[in-house]
Order: sequence, then structure tokens, then C-alpha cells
Amino acid sequence: MGYAHAFDPEDAAAIIDELKHLEGPLLPILHAFQARYGHVSEAAIQLIAGGLNLSRAEVYGVVSFYHDFHEAPHGRHVLKVCRAESCQAAGGDAIAASIEDALGIKFGETSSDGQVTLEAVYCLGLCAASPSAMLDGRLVARLTEAKVSALVEEVRL
Amino acid sequence: MTRVFIPLDSFAVACGADEIADDLTRIAAERKLEIEIVRTGSRGMAWLEPLVEVETPNGRIGYGPVEPGEVEALVKAGLLDGAEHEKHIGRPDEHPFIKAQTRLVFRRCGITDPLSLGDYRAHDGLKGLERAIALGPAGIIAEVTESGLRGRGGAGFPTGIKWKTVADAPGAKKYIVANADEGDSGTFADRMIMEGDPFALIEGMAIAGVATGADKGFVYLRSEYPQAIRIMQAAIEAARKEGVLGATVLGSAHAFDMEVRVGAGAYVCGEETSLLESLEGKRGQVRAKPPLPAHQGLFGKPTVINNVISLVSVPFILAEGGAAYKEFGVGRSRGTIPLQIAGNVKHSGLYETAFGLTLGEIVDQIGGGTRSGRPVRAVQVGGPLGAYFPRALFDTPFDYEAFAAKGGLIGHAGIVVFDDTVDMLKQAHFAFEFCAVESCGKCTPCRVGAVRGRETLEKVMAGERVEASLTLVEDLCNTMKFGSLCALGGFTPYPVMSALEHFREDFEPAPMREAAE
Repeated sequence: MGYAHAFDPEDAAAIIDELKHLEGPLLPILHAFQARYGHVSEAAIQLIAGGLNLSRAEVYGVVSFYHDFHEAPHGRHVLKVCRAESCQAAGGDAIAASIEDALGIKFGETSSDGQVTLEAVYCLGLCAASPSAMLDGRLVARLTEAKVSALVEEVRL
Repeated sequence: MTRVFIPLDSFAVACGADEIADDLTRIAAERKLEIEIVRTGSRGMAWLEPLVEVETPNGRIGYGPVEPGEVEALVKAGLLDGAEHEKHIGRPDEHPFIKAQTRLVFRRCGITDPLSLGDYRAHDGLKGLERAIALGPAGIIAEVTESGLRGRGGAGFPTGIKWKTVADAPGAKKYIVANADEGDSGTFADRMIMEGDPFALIEGMAIAGVATGADKGFVYLRSEYPQAIRIMQAAIEAARKEGVLGATVLGSAHAFDMEVRVGAGAYVCGEETSLLESLEGKRGQVRAKPPLPAHQGLFGKPTVINNVISLVSVPFILAEGGAAYKEFGVGRSRGTIPLQIAGNVKHSGLYETAFGLTLGEIVDQIGGGTRSGRPVRAVQVGGPLGAYFPRALFDTPFDYEAFAAKGGLIGHAGIVVFDDTVDMLKQAHFAFEFCAVESCGKCTPCRVGAVRGRETLEKVMAGERVEASLTLVEDLCNTMKFGSLCALGGFTPYPVMSALEHFREDFEPAPMREAAE
């Protein structure tokens, strides 16, 4: 995944124009921004508010409510590790701790080289193959120490 | 031409199914083998995924769990002829785990190509919608009411009554919304059916549209399900092309179209009014009821909002009749329920059966006990807001009323098994923590209660004024249960109080716990 695109008002305005005809267009627009630019910046919020005839506070309120939208850029990779009950029952806490150790960051943090952001997620629906994680939209289940090492290797590249 | 079936379900893909398909394609090209790879949903035997099946004169023969990297060896060992091998499981439809099920909703899942409408029709697809169009709104609602179907999202509200309310509501614009924000840990039935048989959801929603006069549907699908999003979108495209969706549904006078909307990582959006707010592009905050969504739902219009499993149960009910569906089940819990067996369990996966099996039968016999081989100590039923049951309650039959009578709930039928290494104080603490993270913030009992509950249990963990702190937790749970606007704050007391009631020893001060061991 990654976000190759720097925020560009013209490009962003085109996204808004393309999606604003939808019923309830704000979430689809925010998803498109998050996917393309890696975050939803102050400038983006202003542009969206103008395009949808909303106040900036309304748009900011929505951005800050949802876990998927970030106000600041995240790492080049995003590793989401499930911390919910089924994964806990299957040794997920130990796996999560070893991922923190291997990356040298805690959940919610981005590595200092900007390579990876580590996030907790509450359920990927892979509960019959716990513990599980998602790296940049790719699912990985039945996590073992060996699979963790491979994931850590991958995000360091 | 030999047909090989490899699941595209997330269970299989997360364990290497795409690599397996690529390897097999490459090996077939190298050896000039005549094969066709069909990507299917999952049979639900998750512990055997990726489960690769090959078509032979003796039926489909399964191999699993196949590891990426062992495809070459399997082909050499005669996989394409269904030869014996340590991963050979025989015919999946003869497997005891599958054979004992009653598959009404998941009857095609794992068997057909999820994106082939031809395959769907060949396996009884669209019969329900065809009959629905012939019956008309009143007839459809009569069948659904007769079936006794209750909302599979957890609340168990009769689906027929909900539909009738929307059908009777005045107004030209109405909506059908599928709640596919399946956030409960231990649940994956919605995901599996959307990945394995997406046309069934489309058919169920179109029937709801015909019944209520709604011409637009939304599937609110969580962003944690990337594979389900892709497949559902592709299926909607295909259904439009073939005239299942559009201005004339199957050539009738009814118009119905739908789209997928992706959630944004908020658990509370699984609550129906919060979901509607989110669809409208707002913060996912819970609405006070009344008005009911059936009267004023999405954009203020009358709206049917149903769980995915409720909607995919409808095509069977319409095709075979409400009476046929009602045959299954016990008491007021009619029909089948897809049990989702997860956590630390040997035979994990999806098991569709009539209501009424006991929890013990599900965990010990079907699930086969723990994967770790240690004794089962606790089972959480119904997701993060469900109660923890000890072995002493294993005789509880799986139905809405029986679980409520024992201080629990069946929720979306997720069952998470824990062995004897579980610390129930930690689990109770997690319940509060989860509620604090996911609270929408609208009502005080949930927003503040979750944080105070977490802090108070931290005192218990530290051995500070344990008895007084636990009394406070009980009091707090009472306030949350009766004072919260929705199930997030209202049901968080279930895991907390059940842990406290059934596993009190884990809450005693540390020296006493050590002395007890």
C-alpha cells in the first residue's frame, strides 16, 4: 500500500467532485484521502468542508471519531495486530509483546525511521485461526514466532 | 481437465491460499497438466484451511491444512487423482464436522464459485427472489413472520415485524441496510457468507426491498474485512449486469439497487443507530430511540436494518416456505444458527445447526476441546459484551431465552474458548478497557463508567481495598446496565459480572490466590 502521493489541492478537489454525488459522501471521501495521502490534514479538512458545505468542526469531528482516519502521516507500512478475546485465548498477548520488542515501538507508535506504524485492532474476523494480524491490507493468521519474524523483516525493507 | 478448488476466504488466504494457487498454476504449466483452478468460499472447517479440493470420479476430495511450499510434493504424491496422503481428509461433505450440520444459510458456501451467478442459479439461487416477486409484499412478510426468524445480530427481534413496520410506514423513499459491521471477537459468519456466497446477501436484500417498497440498499461493511469488501463489490456489479439489481429486478416492476459502504474502525457502529449516523457521514454516535429506524432511519426515512445472517436466511425461507424453516430449532428460537467456534479450540470454524445444542456439546464434542490440550476453563459467548460461562453451565442449551436465563446472551453466536491459563480478572479488566476505547461518548454511564471500572479493577489487581473495590464495580455495572443508551455500555457488565460471579477466586488478593494454588 504505502502512500506515494503528497497532498495536492487540485488532485484532492477532483476526489471530492467525483464522490460528492453519493448519499452520505463524507466517509467515502475521507477513506479516499486516507488511502491516497496516508492522512487527513488540516488543509484537507478545509477543502472537504468547503466542497460539502459543512463546517470544519463537523468534518474534524468525524475524522477524530474513527480509528481509520489519521491527522498525521503514519509509517510507510501499517501493521495491525488483533488484541481481542479470541486472539488473547490463543496466545495473542505473547505474540503482540514479541512484535513490540522486535520493532522497538509500542502500540499506537510509529518507528523513528517512519517505516512502520503499529496499531491494535479489535478483531479481523479470523478468530478460528487466531492469533492474527494485517500488514497493509494483507491478512496473516495462525501467527507464530517465525511468522512474526518474517513480518518484521518485511516492514524493515 | 481436472478442477481444483482453492478457497478465497480470508481464513485460507491469511494462511497462504493465494501462494498455493500461484504455485499450482506454475507447476501445472511446467508439467503441462490440464487443470482449472476454481476459487471458492470456505467450508467452515477453519482448522483445515487452506483446504484444497480436487474433483475426481469419486467426488471432491480434500487435502488440508495445505502449507504454502508443499504444493509440489502434494502434486507428486497424486493430489490431482485424489491419492492417499497424510493431509488427505476424504470427501469434505462426508466429514463428520460437515455431515452433522444443518446447512440452510451456508449450503453453497465452500462449494460454489462465489462470483458466478450461473453457479448460484444452479444451486437453487434466486428461487426465493422469484417467488417473492410472485407473492408480493404482504405474502413475503407473511412467510418471514411465519418462519419465526429473529434478528441474528444479537437482539433477536422478530424480522417479520420489523419488515411490516417499514412496509406500513408512509413515504416514497425507504432503505434496506445490511449491518455487516461484524466487530465481535469470535465471530466471522457475516464475513464468510459475503466472501463465499455474496449473491445470497444480494438476494436477501432485494427480497426485503420488494417486501417494503425500498429501492436502495447499503451494505455497511467493516474496513477490517478487505477481502469481503472486494468480493461483495464484484458480486453487486455482476448482479447489476444480469438484471438481478437495477430498474427492473429480474424483469419485474420492482427497482432495487445497492452499494457497499466501508466502515472506519469504530466498534460502536455495529449498533444500528450509530451505523446509520455513520452512513450519513457523521460521527458514529448512538441515537436515542424512539423514533425507531423502521420509522425514521437512514436520512430520516423508514429503514430496514438487519444483520447479514438475518438477510441471508430469507432466500431459503421464501424458496422453501416459512413453515419449512420453522421446523428447525427449539422454543422461540426457530431455524438455524451459524455457530462460530473460536479461540483456543481444536476444531475451530463455522457450524450451522438448529438451535438447542448444549454449550458442552458445542465446545467439547464439536470443538473437540482446547487446541493447547489443557482443560477448558471459561467460554465467552456472544462477543466482547457476552458473559463468560464456566463448565458448570455447559448444560445450557443454545437458544436466546436459555442463555438470558443464565445471565448471558448468544449475541451473534460467537463462542471463544479459553483454557485454564486464563486470568479472569484480566478478562474483566479488558472488558472495561475495550468499552472505554470504543465508547461513542454520548451517554455518561458508558463513557465514564468504563474508565472508572477499569481503574477500580486496577486497584483490585494491586490488592488495594479489594472487597470495597469489587462492591463499587458491582454498583457501577448496575448503573451501566440500566443507564446506558445502547448495548456497548449496557452489556459490558455481562463479561465483568459473569467473571466475578463464576470465577471469584481470580479476584481475591494475590497472597490468597497463591495460597489457594
